[in-house]
Amino acid sequence: MEVRVVNVRKEFERFPALHDVSLDIRSGELIALLGPSGSGKTTLLRLIAGLERPTKGAIFFGEEDASQKSIQERNVGFVFQHYALFRHMTVADNIGFGLKVRHGAARPSAQEIRRRASELLDLVQLSGLEKRYPAQLSGGQRQRVALARAMAIEPKVLLLDEPFGALDAQVRRELRRWLREIHDATGHTTVFVTHDQEEALELADRVVVMSQGRIEQVGSADEIYDIPNSPFVYNFVGESSSLPVKVEDGQLWIADRPIGLSAPQGAPSGQALLYFRPHDVELLDGCSGCIAGTVAASRRVAGTRRVELEVGGERQRVEIELPVDHPAAQKSRVAFRPRRWKLFPAS
Amino acid sequence: MADPEIKSYEPYHESQSAAVTESRPVRIVAMAVAFAFLAIFLLLPLIVVFNEAFAKGASAYSEALANPDTRSAIRLTLLVAAISVPLNAVFGISAAWAIAKFEFRGKAFLTTLIDLPFSVSPVISGLVYVLLFGAQGLLGEWLKAHGIQILFAVPGIVLATVFVTFPFVARELIPLMQEQGNGDEEAALSLGASGWQTFRYVTLPNVKWGLLYGVLLCNARAMGEFGAVSVVSGHIRGLTNTMPLHVEILYNEYNAVGAFAVASLLAGLALVTLVLKTLLEMRYGAEIAATRGH
Repeated sequence: MEVRVVNVRKEFERFPALHDVSLDIRSGELIALLGPSGSGKTTLLRLIAGLERPTKGAIFFGEEDASQKSIQERNVGFVFQHYALFRHMTVADNIGFGLKVRHGAARPSAQEIRRRASELLDLVQLSGLEKRYPAQLSGGQRQRVALARAMAIEPKVLLLDEPFGALDAQVRRELRRWLREIHDATGHTTVFVTHDQEEALELADRVVVMSQGRIEQVGSADEIYDIPNSPFVYNFVGESSSLPVKVEDGQLWIADRPIGLSAPQGAPSGQALLYFRPHDVELLDGCSGCIAGTVAASRRVAGTRRVELEVGGERQRVEIELPVDHPAAQKSRVAFRPRRWKLFPAS
Repeated sequence: MADPEIKSYEPYHESQSAAVTESRPVRIVAMAVAFAFLAIFLLLPLIVVFNEAFAKGASAYSEALANPDTRSAIRLTLLVAAISVPLNAVFGISAAWAIAKFEFRGKAFLTTLIDLPFSVSPVISGLVYVLLFGAQGLLGEWLKAHGIQILFAVPGIVLATVFVTFPFVARELIPLMQEQGNGDEEAALSLGASGWQTFRYVTLPNVKWGLLYGVLLCNARAMGEFGAVSVVSGHIRGLTNTMPLHVEILYNEYNAVGAFAVASLLAGLALVTLVLKTLLEMRYGAEIAATRGH
């Protein structure tokens, strides 16, 4: 099921949580809403589910305007961050709940419901736990039951709110791979919210980066990481370094020295901010066109050495990453040039 | 994940650290004071009640209870409780539901109002009904014209009892529901359940122990209420006397065995309530822990 969010605005007591957001979700894709807390990602998810109503705008499921429908009519599978399993029901009853509350002919027989429940338990690899209560399960198992429960109603869309947020790191990685497998097997259109960039980039077909109630960028993991379209995305997804530079004569300058990068076409002369990934740099032996700085601090981080340089007369600090055994790591002065970079107007 | 790790929600036990443990004599004195206090003010009166009730033997005791007026008082008390407790259960659930799950204007006011019966003397609660429904009261003329008797009759007693006992269930449920939040309800709705199904299958089971606890306290108070009922009842023997009122009348007539026999029933009710309450707390302590205060 294709989902289109069209010019949606949401206010809570006149405080805007989403400003005019539009998003097309393709049928069958696994898409992540990524952002810091307060970015509006959960609000957007709840709007799609029908747990909230938009102040303005509309949400379409296929050709149908879903924004006027109640949550029951929308037929979405929602998985909550804290699972929201019914604690007084067994695992099987939890999963069968959505079928049990159906009316008339739409309601399967008790036997059929039981069969569906154990089928779904097989799918989420928890066979044999039908009779358990949620309190008798680990966090990861509860999350699987919650997903099985959401899938039992054959939803048009699966919505997951920070599905792995409350789990420890190892279970999280395991469930991530598992969710991807389930998605590939069932083909549900799936939207999940996360604040964990690694999770979003690894798991999703496309990532929607959000900040302060707006969508910053939508794209594949590669596009988001390699071609961030705003300083926010640079900062939020992956590591980034930035330096104030000056644009003049089609060249970039730091403190009256050209740094060997030509300004992109159409960049206005004057102050600007240069963004690049700290590991995506080319080290040079002294130079006429480069960024050179004095080593202010050097730290070993896992497989690389992170070096903080003071650049130019104003001693701007900038971080780059060097291979651990690189000779430059021992020097007091390092010169480099970013391989891939982007220029943003100085704010 | 073949071998599941079982996580249970054990109540948190604070271990005693040496730094806050008083010396032995101090501990003994503190405990002695507490026990002596309980013995003098609670245990002793309880013993006296049963002692007096059986002062003239078991036959006199059962005879006293067989008295038609006593019988009628017991019946009336049961009737009043049977009406007011379900009413307050319904009211308590809806008030708690509204307060815990929705945001609306006047919420703080409603919460305060629910506590009103706790802060007002029961005599005042009774007097309010006299002023409302009495012959000289606001609605007195109208009621008289339509031949409706509220004061000095069963309806008045029920009204006064409902007023005095209405906080119990609500007060028990509000913190519980607030703590549980809306997550389970949202999950049920997203799975297609109607509002009623959500309430019936999700909300109610989630609060059932707290509800039972509240009903228990409400019932104990409904059967034992004296002040408010005394004002509106009119003390008509065999008609408008509840058990507590009947105890007073018998006592004033120097019928010690009769008075204490009825009192022993009330004391028995208190004991049963206490035992049930303790059992509930032991079994479902975590669920009703947040709700102390009365």
